[in-house]
Amino acid sequence: MDTMRERFTAITSRLLDKDPRLAVVLADISADRFADAARAHPDRVINVGIREQLLVSTGGGLALTGMRPIVHTFASFLVERPFEQVKLDFGHQGTGGVLVSAGGSYDWPAGGFTHMAPGDVALLDTLDGWTIHVPGHPDEAEALLRHAAAAGDDRVYLRLSEQSNAAPRPVDGVGLHTVRQGRRGVVVAVGPMMDNVLAAVDGLDVTVLYATTVRPLDTATLRSAAGATDAADVVLVEPYLAGTSSAAAGEALVDLPHRVLGLGVARRELRRYGTIEEHLAGQGLHPAGLRARIADFLGA
Amino acid sequence: MNTTTLGTPPTTPSGYAALPGLMSLMTGDEKHDAAATSTLDALWVLYDRVLRVSPSEVDSPGRDRFLLSKGHGPMAYYAVLAAKGFLPVSTLPTFGAYDSPLGHHPDRMLVPGVEIGSGSLGHGLPLAVGAALGLRAQGLADSAVWVLIGDAELDEGSNHEAIAYAGAAGLARLHTLVIDNASATHGWPGGIASRFEAAGWSATTVDGRDHEALYAAYTQPHPDRPHAVVARVEPK
Repeated sequence: MDTMRERFTAITSRLLDKDPRLAVVLADISADRFADAARAHPDRVINVGIREQLLVSTGGGLALTGMRPIVHTFASFLVERPFEQVKLDFGHQGTGGVLVSAGGSYDWPAGGFTHMAPGDVALLDTLDGWTIHVPGHPDEAEALLRHAAAAGDDRVYLRLSEQSNAAPRPVDGVGLHTVRQGRRGVVVAVGPMMDNVLAAVDGLDVTVLYATTVRPLDTATLRSAAGATDAADVVLVEPYLAGTSSAAAGEALVDLPHRVLGLGVARRELRRYGTIEEHLAGQGLHPAGLRARIADFLGA
Repeated sequence: MNTTTLGTPPTTPSGYAALPGLMSLMTGDEKHDAAATSTLDALWVLYDRVLRVSPSEVDSPGRDRFLLSKGHGPMAYYAVLAAKGFLPVSTLPTFGAYDSPLGHHPDRMLVPGVEIGSGSLGHGLPLAVGAALGLRAQGLADSAVWVLIGDAELDEGSNHEAIAYAGAAGLARLHTLVIDNASATHGWPGGIASRFEAAGWSATTVDGRDHEALYAAYTQPHPDRPHAVVARVEPK
């Protein structure tokens, strides 16, 4: 099976052939994977070198002329380092584009904290009008990429990961999807968290919702699912900073007495290398860690 | 008959002569200090004689683009836009008011003809790089992109990312106008133009009050590389 990042470069290269409005902007990362596309479309595959402020601003400038930029590098260098460029050179200018990140929160653990961006979604959540997709499988990444490329002048963030669920699920670029229903509470699994969540709640009487589009959050489905349980207890399991969506969930449930537990990546640095699996365990995001915290919260 | 070393007068002297009056509608002052007018002559010559854009073409794909990156002190810019008909003179006295389109930093979403919202320094030139690339990719090879920055704004590292890349990429339709009023805290030893030249740009330095010299610098051929014009004005 290919990775989300491999799927992204392959599909984007094909989209460039079909849609003259699209342009890819790179800062060396993944440039080798776009070599063929660059030969076919030298004016629409742009590698600015290791210059991430310019990376994002170049996307903004392309959008000012009516093009739809697809801007790509690791999440830490796409959202965190040039955050003011994301804020001012797209939103403030009234333009849109597609930001596609790789690396996520812990995809290259041996690379250390400099290459981890657990805060990327929370940062973008301070800005207006960004749609945020977090696919859990390469097929979902492809579907959401196609959706984003065709989304007019929308501002879209597509967060790719090396972590994948074993099987893809249908995604529509909008809503939460109900995977199973129960009475004791609602567990929302975001993207690559799905398989671990399903393993964690095995035997628990809970509703499980699957989220690949987290902003805007599908508040109607969450409200409806929580209202159908005994106590409107909601657990969010996100592959980035814990609690990133707790406020959004709270707004969805504002008319309902409820509790929210936000699980995800902690603020404190692990200061460990190793593997993705080891980091998931270190963050308590492996099945046993999730099971213990979810069961404790629900009293199940 | 006397001749002047400043060259021929602007093509529409009445328009240029109107600018101080237009500025005073915003400032309330009849006289403006050098800082308020540091960009005035450079902007006027650009809009009067070089840019291919008019109030009826602000959404035309093939127009020339002017990006004011140094967004603070925009009175001269608004005065030129008003003189050229991009915005009604009647809006000038609202400058800075809550419901005015004219802020102390311009906003492209509020003023027709304003190409970018600016204020935070170091965004205009990188955006201009993207705009030049976008026009090239769409075959709009005649459209020029101009960006105005200040010598102190050049402190921002984002500019140097853009200068280095634009030179390497040979973005021949990109132009940077640097208004140099010697306000950079640590100065630019060796000059500003040399920094552009080292990155592969064409660059020239002129008197920022001399309309004919500005025009000549603006229209200097640079077929295979981006072009920088450093316009020196009175030190801040």
